[in-house]
This record gives sequence, C-alpha cells and structure tokens, in this order.
Amino acid sequence: MKTVFVTVGTTSFDELILTIKTPEAVKALKARGFERLVLQVGRGSVLPGPESGLDLTLEAFRFKDSISEDIARADLVISHAGAGSCLEALGARKPLLVVVNNKLMDNHQQELARQLHKESHLLYCTCSSLTDTLRTMDLSVLVPFPPAQTTHFANFLDIALGVQ
Amino acid sequence: MSLMLGLLLCLFCTVCIFLLRLLLVVNSGPNCKPGGKGSVCVLVVAGSGGHTTEILRLMESLSPSYKPRHYVIADTDRMSEEKIRAFESAKENGSIGSKYTVHRIPRSREVLQSWSSSLKSTLNALLYSVPLVFRLQPDVVLCNGPGTCVPLCASALLLGVLGLKRVLIVYVESLCRVETMSLSGKILYPVADYFFVQWSTLRDKYPRSIFLGRLV
Repeated sequence: MKTVFVTVGTTSFDELILTIKTPEAVKALKARGFERLVLQVGRGSVLPGPESGLDLTLEAFRFKDSISEDIARADLVISHAGAGSCLEALGARKPLLVVVNNKLMDNHQQELARQLHKESHLLYCTCSSLTDTLRTMDLSVLVPFPPAQTTHFANFLDIALGVQ
Repeated sequence: MSLMLGLLLCLFCTVCIFLLRLLLVVNSGPNCKPGGKGSVCVLVVAGSGGHTTEILRLMESLSPSYKPRHYVIADTDRMSEEKIRAFESAKENGSIGSKYTVHRIPRSREVLQSWSSSLKSTLNALLYSVPLVFRLQPDVVLCNGPGTCVPLCASALLLGVLGLKRVLIVYVESLCRVETMSLSGKILYPVADYFFVQWSTLRDKYPRSIFLGRLV
C-alpha cells in the first residue's frame, strides 16, 4: 500500500497535521496513488483517530522510540524542518517534502533544510502551499543525498594526533 | 595606598602570565601527538538530542585506539545516556575490552536562556567541570556545540595553562550550521586545536577552520 509518513519530531506542528487531513490535501494524495497516511504528531494538541472518515487509511501516534521503521515503509516522507528528521529520511533514501513552520522565526534548525533544498535533496513548502505542492510536485527532480565522509574525519584525526 | 598598588601590580602580573601561558598553550597544538603512546583518552561532550546523535556518528568512525572514552552529558538530559550506552554496547561486540564511562554536570545553558543567567549557570557548570577534567586528564576533548562544552574546554585549557597536561580541543560544528556559527563555536573557535565545519560557506567565513565535507 502506497504510504505517506508525516513527522513533526519532538515538537508540535498542529497546522501541518490539520492541513494534511483536509479533503483537498487528501484528494491530492489519492490522485498520486497514496492509500495510507501515517501521522507522528509529537506534542501537538491534534491526535486524529481512525474514525476521521477520510478516503484513505489513517494512523496516528505521538511518539515512538524509533521512527525508522515508519520511514522505511513510506513512499513519501513529509517532515517539519528539524535536522534530525530530515537527515533520517534522506539517509533512508526516501523522497522528502519539508514543511516549514512560519511561526518559528529565526529557528537555526531551518538553516539545514533550506540548504538541502538549495542542493535539490528535498522539496520545501509552507502549510499554505502544501496542497498545491502535493498536486504539482515532481519527485524525479530530487538529487540523491551523498553519504557522509566519516572516514575523512577519522583519517585526519589519526594523522594530527599521531595515532598509528 | 602602596599596599593597594602592590596588590594591583601582583594581580596585573598574574593576569599577564596567565594570558601569555594561554597563548603559548593554544599555539602548541600541532606539536602535541598523544597518539604516539598507543592509545588516546577522549573526553566526549554529548549534548542533548541532535548533538548526541552527531557526536556518536563521529565516534563510530574512530579506530579502537581512542580509549578510554569518557562521555559527559548535562544532568537534565534523559535521552543521551541511553543512546551512548546502546552505541557502546554495540561497539563492544566488535572489540573486547573497550572501556567507557558516563559523567553528568549541570547544564550550562538551556535553549533560549538569557545572557546573564547563561553566564551564571556556565560558571556553576565550571565548578563541576574543573575537578572532572583534572581527574580524568584526557588527551583530547571532542565536542560539537552543546553549551556544556564551553566550561569543559575551559577546564581543559586550564590544565595546559597550569602546565599539568596539554589537552587538545577538537571541535566539530554541527551539520545544522550552514551559514552562521553557534555560540559555542564562536567562543571556542580561537582556542580549539582542530576546528571542523561541515559547510563551505562557514569555512569561507572562518578561515582557520577545517572543511572535509559532510562528516556525519
């Protein structure tokens, strides 16, 4: 079943949760063949139940020890701009749509999402443009996220510290 | 009056000697090669949330020569200790006899805390950091930006200034920092021995930093 996973991390982002389950957004998702919507709502005040009467399967939870399984099962991840969530989704090589919370001004966490968007690793929108983005987005423009250079760090340090 | 002047002169001389020693210590980094003795004792400053995840990814890449490993976390941090223990027990399966400890110190700065109260709590954290660093005597302090790393690095510098031990400071700015440096980064940039940034935009602004691409 083609699945969308929405995650807000450890914060709350009610506006995103409310927007994604509007009939317009659901219609846009259905048109793209999505049949299952999983919401991780964090500390938000909105925790939708399964009764919501949507046109697709809806699951919602607040927190889990690890969301890696939900990411692995998703065909599209919609995330807040938090660095942890973005990196986890990109690391799992999932198409990622980041929704920026305009109410958080000067949040340095958004710096990373903006930069990754500049480099075409993810799509980027706000709550008000979410439905339009879902309708018109082209996931094929996304560039795969290259793996980190951890060995460069280890090699540099070994030489600098004289480790044999 | 002359006693007063004498005291002031003493104080002035002490401050001058301290600053001179600090300058000498900060500039002696490249000559310090603790790896020569076979193993490198690391003090790892794990912060909250994302900082811990990042620093554990860096630790993952290091060879078994980096031991023992002493992790320091803020006392209000609940998640990090679990992550560290999970990471270390996964590592133990690979190599036998790996050694690590976890220590807690008061947090020096909560997110959004004001300047004046940050200063007070940083001084409080310093009271706990100095004895800890003097007792552990690490070869290297590895940190990536949580507020807790400032008092710990200051303690490490103090060891060097007093001539007890030259402790290297390795700072890796968080991957989240693309355009602007974190407050901890700005404070530690002049004194860190190896200062890594993960975006070229930051490297251009801070020419002494080391840029090897994305590290975590």
